[in-house]
Amino acid sequence: MTATIDSTASDVREPGAESTWRKARWMPLAVALGAMAILSLTRLLADNDDLTSSGTFGVALRVAAPIGLAGLSGLVAERSGTINIGLDGMMVMGTIFAGWWGWQYGPWMALLGGIIGGMAGGMVMSLATTTFGVNHIVAGVAINIIAPGTARFMAGELFTDVQGGSITTSPGNTGAIGAFTVPFLSGGDLFGWTSPDILGWLEDRGWFLIADVAALAKGLTTAVSWDVVLTIAIFFGIAYLLWHTPLGLRLRSAGERPAAADSLGVSVHTMRHIGMGLSGALAGMGGAVLVLFANRYQENQVAGRGFLGLATMIFGNWMPLGTAAGAGLFGYAQGITLRTNPGDLVSALILAAGISLLVMSIWMVVERRWQTMGFMSVFTAVTFWAFFAASEPNNQLVFVTPYVVTLIAVSVGAQRLRPPAEEGIPWFKGMQ
Amino acid sequence: MFERIWRGSLAPLAAAVAAIVISSIALLISGNNPIDAFREMWQTIDSTESVVLIINRAVPYYIAGVAVAIGFKMNLFNIGSNGQYILAALIAGWAGAEVSLPPPIHVAFVFLVAITVGGTWALIAAVLNVTRNVNVVISTIMLNYIAFGLVAFLLNEFLADDETAGLVKNTKQMPSSAQIPSLNRLIEILGFNLAPGVQLYGFLPFAILLGVGYYVLLNRSRFGYDLKMSGLNPDAARSAGVNPKKMVLITLFMSGAVAGMIGLPFLLADPNFQKYGDAFPVTIGFTGLGLALLGRNSPVGIAAAAIVWATIERATQRLAPIGIPQEIGRILQGSFLLVAVIAYEVVRRRNDAAVAAAAATATAKLHREPPPSSTPMAGAPA
Repeated sequence: MTATIDSTASDVREPGAESTWRKARWMPLAVALGAMAILSLTRLLADNDDLTSSGTFGVALRVAAPIGLAGLSGLVAERSGTINIGLDGMMVMGTIFAGWWGWQYGPWMALLGGIIGGMAGGMVMSLATTTFGVNHIVAGVAINIIAPGTARFMAGELFTDVQGGSITTSPGNTGAIGAFTVPFLSGGDLFGWTSPDILGWLEDRGWFLIADVAALAKGLTTAVSWDVVLTIAIFFGIAYLLWHTPLGLRLRSAGERPAAADSLGVSVHTMRHIGMGLSGALAGMGGAVLVLFANRYQENQVAGRGFLGLATMIFGNWMPLGTAAGAGLFGYAQGITLRTNPGDLVSALILAAGISLLVMSIWMVVERRWQTMGFMSVFTAVTFWAFFAASEPNNQLVFVTPYVVTLIAVSVGAQRLRPPAEEGIPWFKGMQ
Repeated sequence: MFERIWRGSLAPLAAAVAAIVISSIALLISGNNPIDAFREMWQTIDSTESVVLIINRAVPYYIAGVAVAIGFKMNLFNIGSNGQYILAALIAGWAGAEVSLPPPIHVAFVFLVAITVGGTWALIAAVLNVTRNVNVVISTIMLNYIAFGLVAFLLNEFLADDETAGLVKNTKQMPSSAQIPSLNRLIEILGFNLAPGVQLYGFLPFAILLGVGYYVLLNRSRFGYDLKMSGLNPDAARSAGVNPKKMVLITLFMSGAVAGMIGLPFLLADPNFQKYGDAFPVTIGFTGLGLALLGRNSPVGIAAAAIVWATIERATQRLAPIGIPQEIGRILQGSFLLVAVIAYEVVRRRNDAAVAAAAATATAKLHREPPPSSTPMAGAPA
């Protein structure tokens, strides 16, 4: 990875580097707009408004929140030097505690319970990885095996003899957490007065691209559950913590260069424990958000979202904004299967994926990046095959989309990704 | 020899004690009597039938453990064994039912299909790693989920048997020529009697062969030496002329190929399956990860771990009727694994420190210099 740093450093010194840097800065926005244009085009071609309706984006946000929290959990852990494969297990611990406290004390306590349950998992893993120096993948795998067993044991003890509960489900949360709609933009209430719904009006016009962007904005500002609002706030909070506070600098130094951090008097072990505690808490909160969405604990509720979170983190190059974008993408792919009449949407979405892959392949030909183009063409062919081969649109293929997208993103961008330099290496005092 | 066995089993024994203590505490907190629980568990496993059932259960676990151990030996974490085996089991089960061949060749054919599919699926991760520098942990995790989706898609769209009605989807039942006969005769010759309906599945010899093959490959072949060297010290391996890319490709293919066999005990030797379908066990790959860790990647260690795992599962099966949660088995397994992993690491660091200190003393004598006061890496974990 040092090669990556050197090459970027030399790029900056080159004449004309200023403009490349500016281009890189606007790239994400351009890509997002391009993707929206393709979706908009598919919407018009397939005559399916639900592809980019505010309702779809709203569901996508709801589904993206736990994935994003999982990604943020992985980000905090890896920035502080621990590879947290065990965060999926920590999410499971979050769901069981959230299901229990949500049933006993209500939704806000469910959130707190999830945080505590996940944090407990994080601390156990940190004990193994930081204190005892166990290989991080090994410890993470162990946590992922332990957590579902512990959750099932607890569910058996807590929920089996209760009305509406069983070993696989909690009796349900007492009360709902409530939701929030932004006034003026999306017609939220302001002191009992219903404000106008500007974005909704734009969405209803159905203009190419404008209606779709309006729908996206409306989806993100309409009836957003309070736990999701909190999740968004936490994204900003973690970004601020890691890059704008002394503690954040110390946390990151434990992941980038622990020996240097130690020589400046930072306790690497304390930082890694804090990082893992925080990581566990975020993963557990992700589990709690799942419980709040389903309104109860269900066995296997996490369904690998921890791993999906790790994928968003890598997709986002270990940065909060990128992680959020990745989570949004995956949330959209999963959220669309939850809409009414998902079959048509799914085939439309696969068509959109095929179109965008085709565009990218052509672009790679223009750029003369043949190897990447080869990979792209294979994926394009597979996508179109899937679109035409399925006798009826198939949810399983959409379930797979986020993972395929991650695999593509990682295989295209692996050279540009920059994980924390010394993550995953156990560190003890005196090591270089 | 005995000294080695004793020292090797010290950490697992300590972990077993810790696991029993932790589960007892969990039982006490939940208001159950641990002594009753462990007595019932012992009585459940104390019969010939139980031993046979435990072995049957342990065989696929063992294969799953060996599959990932091959990669672990080279620090290649093949988290994707689960995807590799379900895809292999689906396609091998389907292909096995489509052809008609004489018995031994039919079995060999199913083996070949499973090995090829499992290995090829793992090879995707290897190729991405070698050409695009994609981390194997990440790609195998993604490929796991892609395999899950792909299996559901292929089964629903193409490979399911049209005869089976309703919501249950299965591949066609494989003919009896694809069946490995049970080993019940062997047990009778040994002088034990089995209750009717209990079979020792015929896959056991294949699993033992696999273990022997793994041992020979690892300890008696050039490839095994390269493999271990690449894991212990990649730089030294490269200097010695080992091609790291080639090693990644071959090792992951082999790991995936063995993973492809995880489903075969069910397809070829278990009369309850003989086909891939909705009831097929689909998480043994993940279990295998834990077993490879527990068995420290050694063929005997993984076998012991698989038997312990299966024993715990068998032992807890009759706890529910006496009012003790069966899930205590999961706590036993989990705490055993976690404590064992930590104990191994502590022992390893102690040994490394001792070796380093001894080497330092020897070097100092050689040069007739005073020994250095401390060596890097020698510090035991705080």
